Amino acid sequence: MSAVSFRAQRLATRLAVAARRIAELPDCETPAWAAPARDAALARLAALGLPEKRDEYWRYTDPDRLTASDVRPAEVFRITDERPMYEGIDRLRLVFVDGVFDPAQSDPIAGEGFELSRLSEAAQIHWAADLFGTLEAAGQSPVPRPLAALNTATAREGVLIRVTGRVTRPVSLIYRRESETADVALHHVLRLEPGAELTLLENGPVGARSSIVIEAELGDGAQLHHVRTMGRDHQRKGITHLFARLGAGARMKSFTLSMNGRLVRNEVMVWLTGEGAVAHVAGAALGDGVFHHDDTVFIHHQAPGCESRQVFKKVLHHGAIGVFQGKILVDAVAQKTDGYQISQSLMLDDDCQFLAKPELEIYADDVKCSHGSTSGEIDRTHLFYLRSRGIPEDEAKRLLVLSFLAEALAEIDRPDIAEDMHLRLRRWLGKRS
Amino acid sequence: MLEINNLHVKLESEDKAILKGLSLSIEAGSVHAIMGPNGSGKSTLSYVLAGREGYEVTEGSATLDGTDLLGMEPEERAAHGLFLAFQYPVEIPGVGNMTFLRTALNAQRKARGEAEVSSGDFLKLVRAKAKDLKIDAEMLKRPVNVGFSGGEKKRNEILQMALLEPKMCILDETDSGLDVDAMKLVSDGVNALRDAGRAFLVITHYQRLLDHIRPDVVHILAGGRIVQTGGPELALEVERNGYADILAGVPA
Repeated sequence: MSAVSFRAQRLATRLAVAARRIAELPDCETPAWAAPARDAALARLAALGLPEKRDEYWRYTDPDRLTASDVRPAEVFRITDERPMYEGIDRLRLVFVDGVFDPAQSDPIAGEGFELSRLSEAAQIHWAADLFGTLEAAGQSPVPRPLAALNTATAREGVLIRVTGRVTRPVSLIYRRESETADVALHHVLRLEPGAELTLLENGPVGARSSIVIEAELGDGAQLHHVRTMGRDHQRKGITHLFARLGAGARMKSFTLSMNGRLVRNEVMVWLTGEGAVAHVAGAALGDGVFHHDDTVFIHHQAPGCESRQVFKKVLHHGAIGVFQGKILVDAVAQKTDGYQISQSLMLDDDCQFLAKPELEIYADDVKCSHGSTSGEIDRTHLFYLRSRGIPEDEAKRLLVLSFLAEALAEIDRPDIAEDMHLRLRRWLGKRS
Repeated sequence: MLEINNLHVKLESEDKAILKGLSLSIEAGSVHAIMGPNGSGKSTLSYVLAGREGYEVTEGSATLDGTDLLGMEPEERAAHGLFLAFQYPVEIPGVGNMTFLRTALNAQRKARGEAEVSSGDFLKLVRAKAKDLKIDAEMLKRPVNVGFSGGEKKRNEILQMALLEPKMCILDETDSGLDVDAMKLVSDGVNALRDAGRAFLVITHYQRLLDHIRPDVVHILAGGRIVQTGGPELALEVERNGYADILAGVPA
């Protein structure tokens, strides 16, 4: 059998699997305005097929449990020993239980400078119609992201926020679980008009399996702060996609703190399309035991004078696996690009794995791009210094783990949110669960 | 207070003896200085006493107020009142100096069964001690030793010493990397801590630190042993003539 026909056969098999999966999808009650985008997403999925372990982009993470039609039950992890996240920070709380909006637990939707509706609300026309699925579709190149297309086609819920002013009160999306088998897909759309500002918070366990897509369009000079926590629900299996397109002078900062979780893949795709746009994407992950955490980031510089930073730190223990795939692509027009990428792991024992694939692809000749990737243990000299001051070994190690994560945590701009994150991290480190 | 008897130490990783029968007795209230050429074992002595890994004690003993030091973890030695001012203080990004100081103080108090110091009391305490060493609020807020100059790092060591109030203070080449003004500031900080209940072991290459911190006893360490002991005048002799004369009289 020739190589060509072998490849053709593999593709045919892949598409047949996708077609079967599509046929099994339940009917999605869709708002009328989203129907064309849903159909287009299904067509994309049918043409791309689902990801497979042998795909280069999935080399380090097996997508099987994310693509399978059945969802394995996952125990609901209830946190009773710590205060709710962001307690005391004034914010608009929107609660989703197993992916379903719960108005009784949520705050009334009110505030200046933005309009907010939900994907599940029926409407004939909507401002989000020309954005929903658009960035996801653009994000299928140069690397296909079929699970994002699946999300566009099937997500039943999500928030649609159009921001026209500087909104200081964060929008806080709180995810809760009740069911052991909920397969949750959420799709959020953000449009920040020129000069607008929004802080978006996400936290809580989403479902037994979850897929979250955020599409964010930032007009010139707009600012988006995104802070996400994925905490402690050990059996978490999920994938997220953040697609963001930034206009001139726009700024985006996205930070994710993760603690444990069986299988997590966080994909980020950013287009810097206007001069002087700035995007920072950062993550701090702590894995103890059965843990597989994958950050896959693609930053595309398409305009001159833009800045991007990727800062990813993973603390691994007892067999945990950390993955980082990060790429900076600089177009020929994107002179004076300032690109920075660092991915590091701290291994607390010898059983762990850190798999990193940093990439730079640069077509402009006047740019500053740097990247680094390291894997190491706790520094014995640092440890001795702390212990020689009377700090017991365990506590000294905790301090050094915080020290290791500091550069990622520094990417959180708001001091009150950073403080909450810090305190939680310290508590989590004390518990190791 | 500190009794070292016939101490033999080798590197864990290779068969290389560094200390070969060192004995030393330091009584409360006194300042002892140890001088010696490069490679004589000065830093090894300070690390072995503080409990750094990588060394193996093959013979001999070291006790602090009668308690065996060598069997204790580094943090236990600290809680028992031993303090080592590092030659090269370590930079720890992301950990605030204040957090570090408070964690250390309360850990030691907890180990001794004493109540922890409240954040209000701690703040007052640190501010008072920092003022004497000309350490400003900015330096206290920064991550431990990060971006500190050589002098600032050494002042930060002395601040830790002042705060933790150890019984036995070991200063490992505290004068290295200091200009004259910084040396005076650091020495004043040390002298302010001199007390009938506290002893110092000052390890140095040069006599000039001993102009500021006046020792009661001076020892010469060479080839892993104390080869000569005298008063402050011994340091002056080393300064004038080097170690050659002293070492000439010592059997290899």
